[in-house]
Amino acid sequence: MIRFDPISDVPRSRVVWVTLVALLVALFIAGLVFVAAGTNPLEAYSTMLRGTVADWSGWSEVLRRAAPLLLIGVGLTLAIRAQFFNIGGEGQLLLGAVAAGGVALFTPIAPALMMVAMFVGGALAGGLWALLAAFLRVRLRVNEILSTLMLNYVAASLVVYLINGPWKGEKVRGFIYTDDFPAYAQLPTLGDTQVGWPTLVLGAALAVALQWFLGRSTGGFELRVVGENAAAARYAGISVASVIYRMALITGGAAGLAGVGEVAGIHHKLLEPGQISSGYGFTAVIVAWLARGNPALCLVTAPLMGIILAGGDVLKINMNLPFRITDVFSGVMLMCLIASEVFVKNRVRWGR
Amino acid sequence: MTPDLTSVPVLELRGVTKRFPGVVANDNVNLSLFAGEVLALLGENGAGKSTVISVMYGLQRPDEGQVLVNGQAVTIASPASALKLGIGLVPQHPMLVARHTVAENLALGHQLPGQGSGLFPARRVAGRIRELSQRYGLNVDPNARVSQLSPGEKQRVEILRSLLRGVQVLILDEPTSVLTPQEVQGLFQVMRELKRGGKSLIFISHKLGEVLEITDRVTVLRRGKVTGNAPTAGASRRSLAEMMVGRTVSFDRKRQTPSELSPSELSPSELSPSNLDTAPVRLSLRGLSALSSRGLPALRGVNLDLRAGEIVGVAGVAGNGQSELIEVLSGLCPLQSGRIELDGEAHASGARHIFESGVAHIPEDRIHMGTVPSMSVAENLALRDYARAPLARAGVRDLGAQASRAREEVTAYEISTPGVDTPSRSLSGGNIQKIILARELRGQARLILAAHPTYGLDIGATEQVHAALLSAAERGASVLLVSEDLDELLALSDRIAVMYHGELLGPYSAEQATREGLGLLMAGGEANSDGLPHGAGPGDLVESAGASL
Repeated sequence: MIRFDPISDVPRSRVVWVTLVALLVALFIAGLVFVAAGTNPLEAYSTMLRGTVADWSGWSEVLRRAAPLLLIGVGLTLAIRAQFFNIGGEGQLLLGAVAAGGVALFTPIAPALMMVAMFVGGALAGGLWALLAAFLRVRLRVNEILSTLMLNYVAASLVVYLINGPWKGEKVRGFIYTDDFPAYAQLPTLGDTQVGWPTLVLGAALAVALQWFLGRSTGGFELRVVGENAAAARYAGISVASVIYRMALITGGAAGLAGVGEVAGIHHKLLEPGQISSGYGFTAVIVAWLARGNPALCLVTAPLMGIILAGGDVLKINMNLPFRITDVFSGVMLMCLIASEVFVKNRVRWGR
Repeated sequence: MTPDLTSVPVLELRGVTKRFPGVVANDNVNLSLFAGEVLALLGENGAGKSTVISVMYGLQRPDEGQVLVNGQAVTIASPASALKLGIGLVPQHPMLVARHTVAENLALGHQLPGQGSGLFPARRVAGRIRELSQRYGLNVDPNARVSQLSPGEKQRVEILRSLLRGVQVLILDEPTSVLTPQEVQGLFQVMRELKRGGKSLIFISHKLGEVLEITDRVTVLRRGKVTGNAPTAGASRRSLAEMMVGRTVSFDRKRQTPSELSPSELSPSELSPSNLDTAPVRLSLRGLSALSSRGLPALRGVNLDLRAGEIVGVAGVAGNGQSELIEVLSGLCPLQSGRIELDGEAHASGARHIFESGVAHIPEDRIHMGTVPSMSVAENLALRDYARAPLARAGVRDLGAQASRAREEVTAYEISTPGVDTPSRSLSGGNIQKIILARELRGQARLILAAHPTYGLDIGATEQVHAALLSAAERGASVLLVSEDLDELLALSDRIAVMYHGELLGPYSAEQATREGLGLLMAGGEANSDGLPHGAGPGDLVESAGASL
């Protein structure tokens, strides 16, 4: 029989080693999947590493994916702290992309201000999309896991409608996407890679700023109290509703910024939802979870997940494995991390 | 029937030791229970009573030592094996399915001997329930729905559950904590019947009066060790309390009323208890009505005048509107109708404004409302004023100021914690309550709302809480004290009111109130024409406050 004895004051070192063990277990289980697919897992892992972190072109692929993961993940750490389980990063990202596209293609904004307007618009759109779920939860007690998840589909359908209908490009000969953004509405990239450095810088700045916010600002204190114990928050006169709304605007806004970065930095147009984001909104949940709700730690965990995503591409090209194997990989990892929570908070004792 | 102490004990613990990380919960505990006796297991919170119960009922296995049933060493691996050995437990909080009938509950998991099919189990046990119920005077209707039973009746259902399994030993875990004084007497009657029927009972309590009344022998635990073992006859409150705490304890009425004060002790302040009748009205409540969180009427026209420097106690069985009264006054529960005035002005609205207008709130649930368990001692101390100078300026918190003030308060209130950065979750109940006291009383509150402030605390922490409330009243604060502990109310209050069904009866002078009178009102009895509870008389105070010790 297994017994779990709760640890009242979990030391930080325990969090670290349990997390590392969870990652090793995930690598092992995913390894079994590789074996089942007829591949030597060690070879697969070394191929992934060689194709990603061994040279600059590999790193650029990693960073291209880390940028949106960092932005969304940083926002999600706040949601985690407030016990608001936002599974809607994907939809919020798409809304950000829609807003960026709308601003770039259809507003007469001066070229100098265009980028700023796109980011502001994207953040607002993503934030309001998350606010919708927050409002439903606060006012009508609708479970936010369901509402944010469902709003992803609404957002995806909205994009599909726009690029098929009113926003369909005039110069695209039957393809379903919009016209290209004007040059001044395109993000600069690092060299000839697809790494939009402004989004990376934005993500890093947000990670540091939100870490400070949580620890040192009164707003962050309120958010933590609401998340840890809503009854105590009401007792102390903290408005739970307004804290949740502010948090939703930030977490959705960050995802919206990621959406702007994707369309303005890489695609330069609005296109199929699956092409704008390959599940960044979901992968970012792992980024935030791995960081255990610490925005600054996303600076480590976002590139880590970037390696896994980029490594999946390498596997597909070099070893002829289906790209979806990375979904298995990240899914196993999230499962292991969530399951490891019980080992972080409890000491396990065997025997009766 | 006098138990025979020379016979073989029906249940015996020999040298039982049980260790948990960081604590020795039971240290070489020896305890024996003889046929037909009621044994009190007395001790403060954390003394190891629960561990003893867990060992006896198969919830924990001892690290060392033996458990013997009728002289045979046994291994009690689970509650099922405890029941098989004839040991039953009546839990403190009944574990029954509310929507089901008594018979359905008791049939659950119960295999009657020779029971052929698994069909209609409730019908099969109903007859047996009636029979046992009659024999021991339990008065339980097998067809009643559990949701409609009073706490006392639910407890009797739990007793029946054990009797149905034919136990010889019945462990009653703090059985009186949820009962009115009348229901306690009913329980004692049942216990006497069980004893007459040859059953052995273990009665766990920290209420000394009850122990003296119902038990034959007392075993006292302190810090995991047995510190006393005596026949109840010949023991006194004082001797038991000393065994329990390890030092002398005062049971006198703590609140000094004018007649008890010598002239030299009279405070020059206008607000001292010497002139409570003429002190200004601090809190005035007129016709308060409010709904409970389930949307049912919880307050029905509550009126009260609380004077400056006065302590008014509110007695009542849980769930009669006391919680809602406190929550309405602290801004956590909306008022449906009625008027609240604080020093003649309309009550502020919203929890934060109410606190800042000088209303402290020591909440009923100190862990889930009064603190944030995962946050540090310093942050919990800052829960009320984290956003105000000197703890924060323009939305930026000053962690240094927060920590240094926390260190001062930890010292002043003798909060025992490894440091101010330790999460409050790892502190004991008494220390958590001290965090709340330090935080709430810091601002020299005008009105203190104290809900069950000593519930579950040990004697030392209880005394500290009482001292803090009394000194606040002496400097002129008004205290509304809700408690289920009548001894506490009688020892601290100037006047005592009773909440029953959302109405506030009284308040009555605490010097004239008696346990019996208050108990009747708590159970819905009528007050007599004098406005005093039945049986009230100055002489009765002696018994209730234990002043004759």
